Amino acid sequence: MIAPDIEPIVARYHAGRRDALIPLLQEVQTSCGYLSREAVVRIGQHLRLPASKVYGVATFYNQFRFQPLGRYHVQVCRGTACHVKKSQQTLTALQRTLNIKPGQTSRDGLFSLEVVACLGACGLAPLVAVNGEFHAGATPDVVNRLVRNIRKEAKVK
Amino acid sequence: MTLEINGRKVEAQHGDTVLGAARRAGIRIPTLCHYEGLPPSGACRMCVVEVEGQRGLVPSCAFPAAAGLKVQTHSARAVDARRTLVELLLANHPDDCLYCARNNECQLQDLAAQLGVRRRHYFGGRTPARMDVASPSIVRDPAKCILCGKCVRVCEEVQAVGAIDFIGRGSKTRIGPAFDEGLNVSSCINCGQCVAVCPVGALIETRAIDEVRAALADPKQIVVVQHAPSVSVSLAEEFGLKPGTDVDGPFVTALRRLGFAWVFDTAFTADLTIMEEASELAHRLAHGGVLPMMTSCSPGWVKFVEQFYPDLLPNLSTCKSPQQMLGAVVKTFLAGRIGVDPDRIFSVAIMPCTAKKFEAGRPEMGRDGRQDIDAVLTTREAAELIRMYGLDLAALPPDAADTPFGERTSAGKLFGASGGVAEAALRTAHYLLTGHTPDDLKIQALRGLDGIKEYRATVAGTEIGVAAASGLGNARKILEQIRAGRKDLQFIEVMSCAGGCVAGGGQPRSASPDAVRARMHALYVIDRDAAVRASHENPGVQRLYAEFLEKPLSHKSHELLHTRYERRAPVM
Repeated sequence: MIAPDIEPIVARYHAGRRDALIPLLQEVQTSCGYLSREAVVRIGQHLRLPASKVYGVATFYNQFRFQPLGRYHVQVCRGTACHVKKSQQTLTALQRTLNIKPGQTSRDGLFSLEVVACLGACGLAPLVAVNGEFHAGATPDVVNRLVRNIRKEAKVK
Repeated sequence: MTLEINGRKVEAQHGDTVLGAARRAGIRIPTLCHYEGLPPSGACRMCVVEVEGQRGLVPSCAFPAAAGLKVQTHSARAVDARRTLVELLLANHPDDCLYCARNNECQLQDLAAQLGVRRRHYFGGRTPARMDVASPSIVRDPAKCILCGKCVRVCEEVQAVGAIDFIGRGSKTRIGPAFDEGLNVSSCINCGQCVAVCPVGALIETRAIDEVRAALADPKQIVVVQHAPSVSVSLAEEFGLKPGTDVDGPFVTALRRLGFAWVFDTAFTADLTIMEEASELAHRLAHGGVLPMMTSCSPGWVKFVEQFYPDLLPNLSTCKSPQQMLGAVVKTFLAGRIGVDPDRIFSVAIMPCTAKKFEAGRPEMGRDGRQDIDAVLTTREAAELIRMYGLDLAALPPDAADTPFGERTSAGKLFGASGGVAEAALRTAHYLLTGHTPDDLKIQALRGLDGIKEYRATVAGTEIGVAAASGLGNARKILEQIRAGRKDLQFIEVMSCAGGCVAGGGQPRSASPDAVRARMHALYVIDRDAAVRASHENPGVQRLYAEFLEKPLSHKSHELLHTRYERRAPVM
């Protein structure tokens, strides 16, 4: 996939303004789905910050990812209610079956995994969202079945 | 104003911290992250003290001294807090002190001993970490890192490079280059200042001791060694001698006893560098060349320009550094003179510097697929090697370096201190332009520890603006002025490390500002007392030109002693 051009976004921010770093990172991620190496270096050049600093700030926040989104973006809620309902086991199950860690994308580009603090539907805990669609009561069994179905579906397509 | 520390009255000035006031009063409060000269970061919390009226313990490094303040630095509560901090650091630290390069000179180890840590109170998983061994100069072992952040600060705030930073958050925080990659692909310039400030063994130089020992043990190899101008005035500290003691003679003896076939003095090629560089400057001045000309003997600085100021690459002198000049003449002139195949020569350089390891590996620093320098040892590694062979530097008789590259003038020796190259270059430039050496050789304006020193010299009726910067943050200031159009400078000397090679990243770790000053002073004393103080008067250099190189900037000189630079992307 060819990354979308970030120049128009970068150009909207004053060069050398450190305080623009986080908004700029957010906007680039919204546009590209993730922060590529090129984007990190380019943003650093524009704001006159070392790439190590840009990367350091970006890794501080959970919201930034450094791999492109998969076709199916899986968000696992690790908020309080979901935690009580054993969402850790759900996350472990997903990491195992997808063979990736949160923030990563599977090699075939099918899945990406993200941990979120709360999806705001605590009554449905433990909760998982796939491309924004909620799956309530997402126990390890449920998510394993879900992943199997998606894989089957993807093969047919 | 007066405050009270441990029941004693202590004087302080406005702007002082409690830590600063206590230190001056002889009260030692331990710290791991304090960096003299930079604003406090308060990262390690080791300097916590009790201040009357404050609810909790406060970090003394960041707490302003105020009149009437009542401070307890070593109350039971403060000492217990420190001990707990050390215990927590140790809980996430590999237990391999005996195998650690910093064994016996580790601040964490010292603190554990000082605070009487004798039992383990905390058990738990350790943060997984991968060693970074990809750099030719520096090894990073994040497992040993205590996250004090001194390396990050020296890299960004002193050197203006910013190759490393904190990555991640909370218990997953680590220090590393962008994208969690190796230093070799970062914008690291290999200066090793991070190694010099690291309180533990998380940053050390890439060791070359074993390669050197293997070469020394191989009867087929002729092992040649050179030592840099600043090494003889700093090595002493590794052997318990006073900072600033010049051990040049005993050092040469030690190197011979280690089995080096030829011992040369890098100050010889520092003189040679001056011949070439002063000639280049005179040529640029006379023929409208690119000015200001900038020195090129500090390899960290060279990479800095290649990365961040590629537009100013034509300003860099094309001269190789003294290390590489000596490497080049050893494998050409000396090999021919003694009639051996250069492949049999193993050329070692003892340097105050970690970037010299990188420089030695630059592809253009050799010929016919052979590098001119085969291994670079830091001052610390040289000391380790000498100790390994059971030699006591303090008890060795002096000896002199070998001809043909052993003779040096004190001008070459001055290379070890910031401003020294400029001073030496002016002596010879004056001679080249007027035909005589000036009577007063010393240029006080270019001496000392100031980050930027400027001087206006008048040579043969022409005024030459000279600046000497040390510490790349200071160099950056001058480069920005040049970019903005400053025109009154013709010659700029830059040393990567603040103070010059005497404070290099490969030097003994005792480098307090006082020790650096003492090392610098030792070089000035050598210069004051020397019989021959200008590079063009070095008979060895004159002979080398007569027999081999013809004259400065000759075809042969260009082939062997000059180099080229490349534009580099700051992060590859």
